[in-house]
Amino acid sequence: MTRKQKRLSVIVAGLAFLGAAAGLTFYALGQKASYFYMPAELATAGLQPGQRIRLGGLVESGTVMRGNGATVAFSVTDTQKSVKVTYTGILPDLFREGQGVITEGAFGPDGVFVADSVLAKHDERYMPKEVADGLKAKGVWVESKSQ
Amino acid sequence: MVETGHFALVLAFALSLVQMLVPLVGARTGNQRLMAVGGPVTVTGFALTALSFAALAGAYAGSDFSVANVWENSHSLQPMIYKITGTWGNHEGSMLLWVLILTFFGTLVAVFGNNLPATLKANVLAVQGMIGAAFFLFILATSNPFIRLNPAPIEGRDLNPILQDLGLAIHPPMLYLGYVGFSICFSFSVAALIEGRIDASWARWVRPWTLVAWMFLTGGIAMGSYWAYYELGWGGFWFWDPVENASFMPWLAGTALLHSAIVMEKRSALKIWTLLLAILTFSLSLLGTFLVRSGVLTSVHAFATDPARGVFILCILTLFIGGSLTLFALRASQLTAGGLFHPISREGALVLNNLFLTTATATVLVGTLYPLALEALTGGKISVGAPFFDLTFGPLMLPLLAIVPFGPLLAWKRGDVIAASQRLMAAFALAIAAMLVTGLLIDGASVFAALGVGLAVWLIAGALTDLAVKSGFGSVAPAAVLRRFAGLPRSVFGTALAHLGLGLTLLGIVGTLCFGTEKILTMRAGETVELSGHTLRFEGLVPQKGPNFTEDRGRFLLMNSDGNADGAITSAKRFYPARQMVTTESGIRTLGLSQLYLSLGDENNDGSVVVRLWWKPLVTLIWGGGLVMMAGAAMSLLDRRLRVGAPARRRKPAGALATPT
Repeated sequence: MTRKQKRLSVIVAGLAFLGAAAGLTFYALGQKASYFYMPAELATAGLQPGQRIRLGGLVESGTVMRGNGATVAFSVTDTQKSVKVTYTGILPDLFREGQGVITEGAFGPDGVFVADSVLAKHDERYMPKEVADGLKAKGVWVESKSQ
Repeated sequence: MVETGHFALVLAFALSLVQMLVPLVGARTGNQRLMAVGGPVTVTGFALTALSFAALAGAYAGSDFSVANVWENSHSLQPMIYKITGTWGNHEGSMLLWVLILTFFGTLVAVFGNNLPATLKANVLAVQGMIGAAFFLFILATSNPFIRLNPAPIEGRDLNPILQDLGLAIHPPMLYLGYVGFSICFSFSVAALIEGRIDASWARWVRPWTLVAWMFLTGGIAMGSYWAYYELGWGGFWFWDPVENASFMPWLAGTALLHSAIVMEKRSALKIWTLLLAILTFSLSLLGTFLVRSGVLTSVHAFATDPARGVFILCILTLFIGGSLTLFALRASQLTAGGLFHPISREGALVLNNLFLTTATATVLVGTLYPLALEALTGGKISVGAPFFDLTFGPLMLPLLAIVPFGPLLAWKRGDVIAASQRLMAAFALAIAAMLVTGLLIDGASVFAALGVGLAVWLIAGALTDLAVKSGFGSVAPAAVLRRFAGLPRSVFGTALAHLGLGLTLLGIVGTLCFGTEKILTMRAGETVELSGHTLRFEGLVPQKGPNFTEDRGRFLLMNSDGNADGAITSAKRFYPARQMVTTESGIRTLGLSQLYLSLGDENNDGSVVVRLWWKPLVTLIWGGGLVMMAGAAMSLLDRRLRVGAPARRRKPAGALATPT
């Protein structure tokens, strides 16, 4: 091979490598990213059975049921619709009724959302950004009293 | 004192303007006196910033709640250590720490850079001045920590309880030393582009700075990971959270830079690439600062969200990344390309390393920014987490890790893969043996687990092989091996240690992910639970009182086979009244290299408590490996060749420098 051919083959191999990496990245974005929904958006979301999503909203007051061992049941609401969620594990320290929360998991066959992770806001000053934005868009956002 | 700090900060800003203009003009016009202004101005700027920082720290230590920043983030009952670390446990203070480190590094160049060509030094200090000016202005305009309150409140609002931890004393300063350390590499690159040439002193300076920055960034990330592990009570060590990725991207790019700078220093090849990589690494550090500080991400790091700050940092980001890349596009063609090499050589291996690392950086960048871009463009909200990175980052890392042991054994210019393979036979046999033992003898080991253990052993054994081969093991007498071993250049030890640390970290990750076990259950006082051969007895909850919190402390006894207690683990639910906030203190007991980790949940109505416990085999190796990597970087820094300000060596005849090491 001449030097030019050598250089060309190195460049082609490098581009093929980058192309493969890019292809994999976009495939993974399509397959592995999970979408965020509020309860009222679920009807139009067209979810596949078992599809992983993030469900956010407020923990509806009076719905938190503890006691079945380490499993907790509660409802997540955006004040228009609410969805039943079950979760086995330790709830985050900032999980409270009436506060913003994001749960991640999939719907079971009985229509109950089975979460494998529950995120509450890190700080009392704000709620998860997705939840706050969603509530603002629905016009049910209440500015917190403390700040 | 607070006003003194405020004035000092304004003065430091003014000096940074002088620093960015006067030496630059001096270098352009060849005016020695103007160029000489850079040094003293840089040193004075650092002294003023240090004074400003000390003033803020003093206000924190003395709980001066007339300062708004102290009032928002401190409390008079906090232990003194958290009062002081609280100085940078908030947005304003942490930005002040950022510029303090920036001016400190600039001062090091000003003081120790006398052996640099005068124009290069002047240009480097000018670029440092530009970065400093942008961030001083940012602090003064949007994030001033010295604003007073009138009337002064009696009591502060407390530091976020999650930050009331020793981790805050170590993680942010180390991370910033890493982030900001790369600013020196950036300034050297931009200075080289301004001058339109790269000379030998460029590489001699950039490599040690890369090593220093990389060492601290490694420590900062490892410490952050361990802190999240024990503080958040979720038992995870890495979450692929955008904030973590923000520090991981400069690390990956910095690792690539570390390797390409070796090629540049030893063989003066890859000059233009190294320069671009230095610019990109600091750009990713700036991007990290933007992501974390602007409030586009919600996390424990986003102390407060203020749109003006986000826009300001975005402007800084655009200016510096855009400006430096434009300069690169205009000037790169003027730089001379370096030496040639065969694809199969040490250089070739390092190029391959760079290809993999930069591609991996790009996938992390896409995974981190895509959700933000999608939301900005379409309003759709997605989250990209571990499944995405497992599928993209994983396949890029596996082949890279597999070729790591070959790199140091290949010769410069033209290497011999077969000879390197022969030398690695023992390491390879060991890796296969480890794989078989894992796969066949450990119950429930998956193919992936066996491969992972094999790969980790391959890395560790490969690093040791490198040392053995270079000290002549098996080819010369044992006494000579020892003598040669002791005489090896420090940088050879550095390489071996860093690669060894990588293997240890991988072993820890595989051990924890593949062989870890966990249980979630409810427990009453007196009940026992068994996990992976360890029996724990719950002794009950005891209320306790701390300086600025109350807690319910759960005590667990670790039982040995005779039924006697063999030590205790405590985990607590803490309540901080100032912020009305509850935190969980996880209970951890280290057994050998592994850990038993438990965290308390809520108390049920019937008095039982939810408990989550994990057995994490080899988990300490994850961070231990990081420490070994840092030791490797420190070892390389001690190499004679890199000792900054050791001009005595250069008085030798010119031929001495060209001797291959």
